Amino acid sequence: MSEVREICRYVRSKNAGPFWITIDLYFHDREGFDRYANAPQLRPAAIGALYGVDPAMVKHFPLPDLLILKISYPRLRPQGGAMERDMHGGQQYIRLLDVELEANPEGVTP
Amino acid sequence: MPPRLASTTNILVPTGALGLGMTEQDVATGLAAGAHAIACDAGSTDSGPAYLATGRPKYSRAAVKADLLILMKAQARAKIPLLIGSCGTSGGDMALDWMRDIALEIARENGLKPRIALLYSEQDAALLAARAAAGRIEPLAPMRTVDAALFGECDHIVALMGPEPYIAALEAGADIVLGGRTTDTAVLAAVPLMRGAGAGAAWHAGKTAECGGLCTTHAREGGVMIRVGKDGFEVEPLSAVARCTPRTVSSHMLYENSDPFLLHEPGGVLDVTAARYEPIDDRTVQVTGSRFVPKPYTMKLEGAGGSGWQTLMLVGIQDPGVLAEIDRFVGQMHEVLMERVRNSMGAEAGVFDISLRPYGWNAVSGTPVDPAAPPPREVGLLFVATAATQELATQIAKTCNPWFFHLPLNPQTPMPSYAFPFSPAEVERGQVFEFKLNHVVHVDHPNELVRTEFVELGEPAYV
Repeated sequence: MSEVREICRYVRSKNAGPFWITIDLYFHDREGFDRYANAPQLRPAAIGALYGVDPAMVKHFPLPDLLILKISYPRLRPQGGAMERDMHGGQQYIRLLDVELEANPEGVTP
Repeated sequence: MPPRLASTTNILVPTGALGLGMTEQDVATGLAAGAHAIACDAGSTDSGPAYLATGRPKYSRAAVKADLLILMKAQARAKIPLLIGSCGTSGGDMALDWMRDIALEIARENGLKPRIALLYSEQDAALLAARAAAGRIEPLAPMRTVDAALFGECDHIVALMGPEPYIAALEAGADIVLGGRTTDTAVLAAVPLMRGAGAGAAWHAGKTAECGGLCTTHAREGGVMIRVGKDGFEVEPLSAVARCTPRTVSSHMLYENSDPFLLHEPGGVLDVTAARYEPIDDRTVQVTGSRFVPKPYTMKLEGAGGSGWQTLMLVGIQDPGVLAEIDRFVGQMHEVLMERVRNSMGAEAGVFDISLRPYGWNAVSGTPVDPAAPPPREVGLLFVATAATQELATQIAKTCNPWFFHLPLNPQTPMPSYAFPFSPAEVERGQVFEFKLNHVVHVDHPNELVRTEFVELGEPAYV
C-alpha cells in the first residue's frame, strides 16, 4: 500500500491568511520523499480536483532538506463566511490521507 | 560550529500572542540575557473576520492584562522599549484603544509612568476608493480585481504597518509602542533595523520568532530571544526545557505561510532560499544567508464586514434506523424544512439558507462518505439558518423547530423525538462576517497612512 497515511509520518493543514490553505506533508525518510513528493496525485492537477479549486492556482513546493512537501491552494470562499465549516483549515488534510500515491519514475525534479 | 555573531541587537519575544500567557521567570531570563527591547504581537486574522468587523478582541481582558502587566513591569525595570503590534486582535482603532485603556489601568495601579505611543492604522473606505481610482491599489492572489465597492462593504479596514512607524515613535522618545495592525514580523524586526542590523537577518528573525515558542521543540513553552547581527541571527528559547534545532527553526518558515521561501513585507520581500541553519549549542540556532529584496512600499489591506445573520439549533440522534441511512435522512430533512419555510413565511423570509451539518458523520468536510462506511453511533445535527436579520433567522428556526425535532425517516414510522440539549432550542448566533479585501495600497512614505499619538502619563487627564 502507498497511501499518504503510510508514506508520511505527519500531515497538517492550516490557513495561510484568510484566502489560502496550506498543507505540509512530512515524509518518513529520503526514499519516500524521492519516490512520492512528485507523485501525480500530489501535483496541482490532482490537488485542484480533490479540493475543487483551479489547478493553476495550486502551489507545490518539495523541500528536500526537510523531507517535507508543501502544497498551498486558495480557499473556495474566504475564511469565516456563512458556509464556513473549518475556520482555521486545520482538518483539510484529512481527505488527502486515503489518497493512493504512484511513485514518480523521474523522482523529484529540481 | 560557527562562531557567535558579534554586535547583535537582542529582542525578547515573550509569547506568540499577547494574552496566551507568559511567566515572569521567562521574561526575567530574557532580560538577564541582555535584551535591548521586548516585542510581540497581539493579533492576527487567524481566527476569522469577526474580530476585525466588530473591533472586539479575541482574548479576554483579564488574560491580556495579566501578560501586559508582566511586560510593563519588565519594561520599567530594564528601561528598554516595549513594542506590541496588532493590538486587540484586529489592530483596528477600537481594538487599539481597548489595549491603551488596559495599559493606562496597569500604569495607574502600579505607579508606572512610561511614555506610550499609539500607532493607528485603520483606514477610511472613501480614501481607499479614491486611491483605487488612482490606480494605487492592487489585488493579491487569488483575487484578481479591485472593485471600489468592496471598501464600502467593510465595517472596518486596516492597513498592515511595517517597522517604520515603530522606529519613528521610539526615536521620538516612546518607552512603549502600542501598534494597530502590523505585520507579525515588522514589530519584531523594528528595533534591530533601527540599530543597524542586516535587513535579511532582521526580517527572517522576526518571521522565526513571530509565534514565540513555536520555532522550538516545546511549542507551548513561552517565548524566545533573537539576537540579530549584520549577516545573520541567532534564536534561543527562554524556557529551560525547550530547545531550538535547525529543523525546528527552518520548518517554522512553513507555518501559516503559503510559500516556504518568500515572505512579502511592506517594503520588500524576505527570501530565505539560501538560508543556512546551524546549531551553536544544544539549544541555539544561528541562521545566515537570508536576503531582503527591497520593493516599492506597499501596505496590505484587511477589511471585513457583515453579511446576514444566523440562528442555530442542535439535536442529538442515536436512533440506529436513522443513522443507518443518515444521508437520506439529512437530504429529506433539508427538503422538508425549506418547503416548510417557503409555505409558512413566503416572501417574508427573504433570501435565506438552511444548512444541515451532521457532526459525527460528514459535517466538517461536507463531502460524501464512502457508501461502505459503517453508520455512526450518534450524530449531532446542526441546523444553521442564515437570513437578512437576526429576527428572520430566528423565525425560520422556530418555523422549522417541530420538523427538525420530530421528522421520521419513513412516513409510516411512529413520530420520533430527537435529543435537543437546550431550551429554547434555538441559539441566536449573531451576525455573519466576511473578509472582503485581499489587496495592497501603494504609499509614498511608510508613515503616510499611519497616525501616531503620544500618551503622557502622570498628567492630570490620566490621574
